[in-house]
Amino acid sequence: MASKFETPQVRKFPIIPKLENSATSHLSPFKSKEEFQSSLGYPGELVENWQEKAIDKMGDLLGKYRSLRVYLDSCIQCGACTDKCHYYQGTKDPNNMPVGRQNLMRSVYRRYFTLPGKYFPKLVGAKDLTKEVLDDWYSYYHQCSQCRRCAVFCPIGIDTAEISMAAREVMDSIGVGQKYCNEIIGKVHKIGNNLGLPEPALADTLEGLEEDVLDDTEIDVKFPLDVKDSEVLLVTPSADFFAEPHVDGLIGYAKVFHQAGISWTLSSHASEAANFGMFIGSYDNMKKLAMRIREAALELNVKRIVFGECGHAWRVAYSFLNTLAGPFDFLDPRYPVPQHICEITNGLIDQNVLNFDKSANDDMTLTYHDSCNVARASSMGGIMGGQFTIPRKIIQTVANNFYDMDDETIKEKTYCCGGGGGLLTDDLMELRVKGALPRMEALKHLIEEKGVTHMAAICAICKSQFSKVFQYYDLELDQIVSLHQLVSNALIMNKKEV
Amino acid sequence: MSFVTILYAAMFYFAAAILFIGLAYRVYEYAKIPAPLKIPTPPAPMTQKGVAIRIFREVVFFESLFSATKWTWLFSWIFHLALLLAAFRHLKYFTDPVWFWVSFELVQVAGHYAAYLMLAGLLGLLARRVFVDRVRYISSPSDYLILVLIIAIAGSGLMMKWFPSDILAIKLFFVGLLTFNFSELPSDVVLLIHLSLVIALMIIFPYSKLLHAPGLFFSPTRNQVDNARSKRHVANWAKRMESTK
Ligand code: SF4
Ligand code: SF4
Repeated sequence: MASKFETPQVRKFPIIPKLENSATSHLSPFKSKEEFQSSLGYPGELVENWQEKAIDKMGDLLGKYRSLRVYLDSCIQCGACTDKCHYYQGTKDPNNMPVGRQNLMRSVYRRYFTLPGKYFPKLVGAKDLTKEVLDDWYSYYHQCSQCRRCAVFCPIGIDTAEISMAAREVMDSIGVGQKYCNEIIGKVHKIGNNLGLPEPALADTLEGLEEDVLDDTEIDVKFPLDVKDSEVLLVTPSADFFAEPHVDGLIGYAKVFHQAGISWTLSSHASEAANFGMFIGSYDNMKKLAMRIREAALELNVKRIVFGECGHAWRVAYSFLNTLAGPFDFLDPRYPVPQHICEITNGLIDQNVLNFDKSANDDMTLTYHDSCNVARASSMGGIMGGQFTIPRKIIQTVANNFYDMDDETIKEKTYCCGGGGGLLTDDLMELRVKGALPRMEALKHLIEEKGVTHMAAICAICKSQFSKVFQYYDLELDQIVSLHQLVSNALIMNKKEV
Repeated sequence: MSFVTILYAAMFYFAAAILFIGLAYRVYEYAKIPAPLKIPTPPAPMTQKGVAIRIFREVVFFESLFSATKWTWLFSWIFHLALLLAAFRHLKYFTDPVWFWVSFELVQVAGHYAAYLMLAGLLGLLARRVFVDRVRYISSPSDYLILVLIIAIAGSGLMMKWFPSDILAIKLFFVGLLTFNFSELPSDVVLLIHLSLVIALMIIFPYSKLLHAPGLFFSPTRNQVDNARSKRHVANWAKRMESTK
């Protein structure tokens, strides 16, 4: 494979790597152009008095987010988090240790906002916000997938994601934005989804899917778009409409709805579950994106909102949507708002509405990748840990062969796929490959020990990331599957309804 | 009143003012700043009671740290436990009559041996800072200084076993500070060193990473209830964006 970097070696026993200073200081994503910056309400290029503006913005955020203020104050520099980040493990760069990453902002915070930092900067490691520091911010705050693994282990619960979100917001406010995220947000504002797929094209795609499923199963499973008065509004990542293996998941949702007799619809207005507003730490953008879903639900007069398989979208949906775009008192109060497609399937399994032929998945031996945003920033089923048990239960209901990866790499300790947080862009390929290392190691060990062949996931970013980086680790790209693809394979459909 | 007594009385009042007003102000600030979004980390409790239990376990057992690194957990847990035991022992200098449980033999003896434990824990933490490359990388001079300061406090306290001062006089001095009924402080060197270091610690507390103590209670990843779907959580500053639709 032609690459300018080396894929890290899969280690038999993961040992903590020795530091390599500036190992990935050369990695910075492309910057956002003027037109995309301005459509989000940010300056198009680095403003003249950027230093002053950045410090002002920091002050503003320090007064708005308790997390930021408390976390910048409270770090003991104890080092407990230092080896917990997949990017550190894959790159060995000390600025990719969670506390190293935080300190890039903490040193500036100390300099401008604390007494000791003003008078004894050297003593407390305080630094002026220089151009070099800004460059480091841009580099390393875009080498954080905001996966929150570090926050689980920190004795104070310091969440580096909160800090990297704030840093990105500060940078955006002075005209230093990231191309990938900001372009995408612009597209959603303008067209309705990350891909910039307009309504006619979407309708076309869905029609094509209906034909495919009909050919395959001889059953007329519908993929409705903008159908008023449906029971369910399904909001799903736009990758589900065309990317592999995402689309197989979408077919799975459709079959589940079909089989259960639940009327559902997609919306062309809210044809995207993803909410990249979170990645750039922008409450305003996140709220605007979330409002589309409310508007669509009102417009289509649905009774419930259900989210498809998408990690960070589920975080925004589960943890933020009610706050950002609620109250949802116009929906059916018997259901939580919103619901996850796994909650739907799981509920139907419990009610014995769905029947499965498990052997349909016998060609696979499966494991499950807990996506970071589902695992560490949401839940499911209204029970503690539902986000871990429900997907596993579904897999074990529809397939015979399932094993979990090493305990230190799953559930709340899961490793990010390496492409989350707005880093799923080709200009960060080196980072993505290196950051995938811990997950690849755990997977490869399981492949060796148990003969696992496939890994299921419920996140569009994870699926895209794995299907790209698998090849660097000598795996096949189709070894990543959608959870509802497994459901789809095994679901016994009622033919007589045709 | 000797000069030493006046000086130390003044310094203690000053340090106590910084410590208590400073800390109260920090807590006020933390409480005032909204947490606009729900961000609890798993396992996230679904009730307020669950949160209380979670924080209790973090404060008492350092549960997260335990799952992160056993050595750091061991050293810092020992250190904090010893600190607590030593604090109990020292209560006899501030309470008159001495609270009954403080005068228990066990509390006093444990408080004494705590000094050794504390040193062991602190030296372990210092060793980690010096020898583990990752921890060395993140350490600034102040990180070493704070450790050295507390080591010196424990060490000088322990030294008083061999360079004893008039315990009753010390007690009268401190009770005097609390009741504005001043009394002489013995001017023994080891005692004065010990007290000066404690004064320094009190002063830097609200300006340093020692803020992790109140910080833990205000950490949204730990103190939030996981109920975002059933309860809205709109911060004051976000209300202006509220929709009417
Ligand atoms: S674990 Fe928490 S307190 Fe310790 S260094 Fe990391 S962020 Fe700081
Ligand atoms: S949030 Fe994830 S990517 Fe960011 S520093 Fe923490 S562990 Fe690393």
